[in-house]
Amino acid sequence: MPDASVPGISHFARRAFLKTMGGGMLILLSLPDAVPAQESGGHHASSDQLPQNIGAWLHISPEGSVTVFTGKAEVGQNIRTSLAQAVADELRCEPSSIQLVMADTALTPFDMGTFGSRTTPTMAPQLRKAASSARELLIDAASRKWSVDRKDLRVAAGRVTDAASGRSAGFGELARSIDLVSTVVNDAHATPATEWQAAGKTWPKLNAREIVIGKHQYPSDIQRSGMLYGAVLRPPSFDASLTSVDGSTIARLKGASLVRDKDFVGVTAPDQHAARTAVASIQAEWRQKPQISDAELFSYLKQNPEEEERESRRRGTSQEGSIQAGLSAAHKKLQSTYTVSYIAHVPLEPRAAVAEWMGSKLTVWTGTQCPFGVRSDLAEALGVPEDDVRVIVPDTGSAYGGKHSGECAIEAARLAKAAGKPVKLVWTREEEFTWAYFRPAGIIEIVSGVDNDGLLTAWEFHNYNSGPSGIETPYEVANRSIHFHSTKYPLKQGSYRGLAATANHFARESHMDELAAAAAVDPLEFRLKNLKHPRTRAVLEAAAERFGWGKTKPQPGHGYGLACGTEKGGYVACCAEISMTPDRKLRVERVVEAFECGAIVNPEQLKNQIEGAVVMGLGGALFEAVQFANGRILNPKLSQYRVPRFNDVPNIEVVLVDRKDLPSAGAGETPIVGIAPAVGNAIFQASGIRVRSMPMLPVLEHV
Amino acid sequence: MDLVVNGKRHRVNVEPDVALLYVLRDHLDLTGAKYGCGEGQCGACTVLVDGIATRSCVTPASAVSGKQVLTIEGLADAGRLHPVQESFIACDAMQCGYCTPGMILSSVALLRKTPSPSDGEIKQALEGNICRCGTYNRIVSAVRQASQSMKTASREGDHA
Repeated sequence: MPDASVPGISHFARRAFLKTMGGGMLILLSLPDAVPAQESGGHHASSDQLPQNIGAWLHISPEGSVTVFTGKAEVGQNIRTSLAQAVADELRCEPSSIQLVMADTALTPFDMGTFGSRTTPTMAPQLRKAASSARELLIDAASRKWSVDRKDLRVAAGRVTDAASGRSAGFGELARSIDLVSTVVNDAHATPATEWQAAGKTWPKLNAREIVIGKHQYPSDIQRSGMLYGAVLRPPSFDASLTSVDGSTIARLKGASLVRDKDFVGVTAPDQHAARTAVASIQAEWRQKPQISDAELFSYLKQNPEEEERESRRRGTSQEGSIQAGLSAAHKKLQSTYTVSYIAHVPLEPRAAVAEWMGSKLTVWTGTQCPFGVRSDLAEALGVPEDDVRVIVPDTGSAYGGKHSGECAIEAARLAKAAGKPVKLVWTREEEFTWAYFRPAGIIEIVSGVDNDGLLTAWEFHNYNSGPSGIETPYEVANRSIHFHSTKYPLKQGSYRGLAATANHFARESHMDELAAAAAVDPLEFRLKNLKHPRTRAVLEAAAERFGWGKTKPQPGHGYGLACGTEKGGYVACCAEISMTPDRKLRVERVVEAFECGAIVNPEQLKNQIEGAVVMGLGGALFEAVQFANGRILNPKLSQYRVPRFNDVPNIEVVLVDRKDLPSAGAGETPIVGIAPAVGNAIFQASGIRVRSMPMLPVLEHV
Repeated sequence: MDLVVNGKRHRVNVEPDVALLYVLRDHLDLTGAKYGCGEGQCGACTVLVDGIATRSCVTPASAVSGKQVLTIEGLADAGRLHPVQESFIACDAMQCGYCTPGMILSSVALLRKTPSPSDGEIKQALEGNICRCGTYNRIVSAVRQASQSMKTASREGDHA
């Protein structure tokens, strides 16, 4: 008989599911409201899978081990640890005793993907609800077993104890006696942050030991019996079509085979070196198309609006008051244009996949933020039902928004199908730089006015192509007009840590600095004058205080700059000190960044994320830029595309603002948005040079 | 050719110009050394060859024949972590951890040559290793901490 509380899942399926877990206790978290949002683009779950309205599940085995199943992927943001802390809190046990099975489409519930800083605000509360329900059921079981009032029972250190009689039982013993499947709805009770025990404190990364001994297997480390290595023939430029291919040389290479399927040409070979040698020996001719270069990028974006309005454009549009009226009331008016270049994610582990077919069933181990999306892509590309495809994401060598798609997984699956053996495909660094996708380039135009009292009177903001994230201003201004314009664009572009909030904050916070200078007001004072929002003010004041803003004057050749903002439930303020030599050699000396994201889950790991975001943000701010011409990436190597290294990194001081009264927000992304404008504003203070494009170093070199 | 890796002799059947990284990863199942760039720019593939930090992605396997190769898998002593491994955990000097084996081995090589490095010397020695997650300052702290604990251990060793 179907269970009314979870549509689409039969009692039988639930029992069968528990049986595969080896008995014990299974808690399913049902998300009735989330069903429409969790549909995966028309691909329907089959009868033997659990429905998509299950957010997570938690299993307590008869032996007492606690395993949590979540579709989220670990890519360095440390959610394996923070989610274990949440579960441990509810079960009153140690985080290290919790096992997490993550991002495996055969074992974990459907999940849209690990992006948008959603794990902490969404998945952690779901796991808490499942775990707190498990705890209450364990108490019920003990209460029945000993015929004592549940009020007299305590849960601690993985056991339920009756203090009066001294009796105690482990989770496994109790779970064994219950042997049940229970469904919890999303409004179950969870422990408030003020009562957290395991969360709210620093825990080291749970699998750190495996990492430091080289035992953790990243996607590119997976080995399968009889496995071959693949390589794919790449066109010389984007959109080139294959006119002829001659792979006859491959027959002479031991163990290598050519794989050809229309325009897809690849090889398999016994090791990576042999695969690369074989693919390099293929003679191919291509028809190429002329394409624009980075020199024409910004005029191209400006002159090629997209005809149809996209959803994102509507999201990024707001209008209030009259810009004209605001400008007429202004004492000072400003108009500036800012640009950001295309940049690459450069995850240190490039895309990698190992594909293995067992008859018509396919398993792929790959580094992706969207295992279920990649499963759909694989099913479609290989012409097999989704149920026959399993995607497993081992904790991955970083992503930063760059691993949403499954190209490498599909290529590995094609090669493995042709070879009849498991195939590993690891993209080269050049491939990762060329055939993945980029953070969109963009142009931002701002027209503004400020009155005699230093108050904003008008704010007109147009973002072309870079994106609508973080486009709204947190400052008070009655007359505003804020628009995102989608345009045609020359390179494949997609998600990136913080999305366009980095570009929009760079433009807005640089412009606020320009206005402060025009109004002859201190940049901190100018912002506070125009800012009411208490959480943004709080981080701005905290960062300024720790930095000592206004207390000291920078020494000659040095400059101070600050910036603040908010996005995805996080509030950030950044102060930077830079030094510049007379020939404009720049050094970022010191950074203070304050961040608030509600109740803090793991302070030290949060600091780690903030520091990392500052460092990554410095690269885009100062020197990262993808160069391209005629459909080719011109700097697709680490010797040509500079990323931050040890000597680029300033002293970074993080100020955490803990708000136990507010729900926790994600922290992997938003701390990246403050550094670029803070550095740009510091450059202006030191030199009088206003840099309005990212990266900034090329501008300084050509002043 | 014969290779001595982590104290064990291996006979591998590869072309002499194959990069050591691929011999380790594809033939000896030692995947602790990582591919990051293939041009010796990122340090993810770092191993020690006779104690010297070496980029295995640009080192032909034939060049290390007869030498002692140490990979991250061989650094801990019978399950006891090396002080640098300990300090990387203690300082949370990683996020995704992909650069960590290379960072640790580069740091071990530095501390063998320079037991008490300044922060500047640490940064200089590790400048060829990229941590894309940006945990650089934590790595400097970890190396500093390892240097201290190795000194303490050797002092205690002197008195033992």
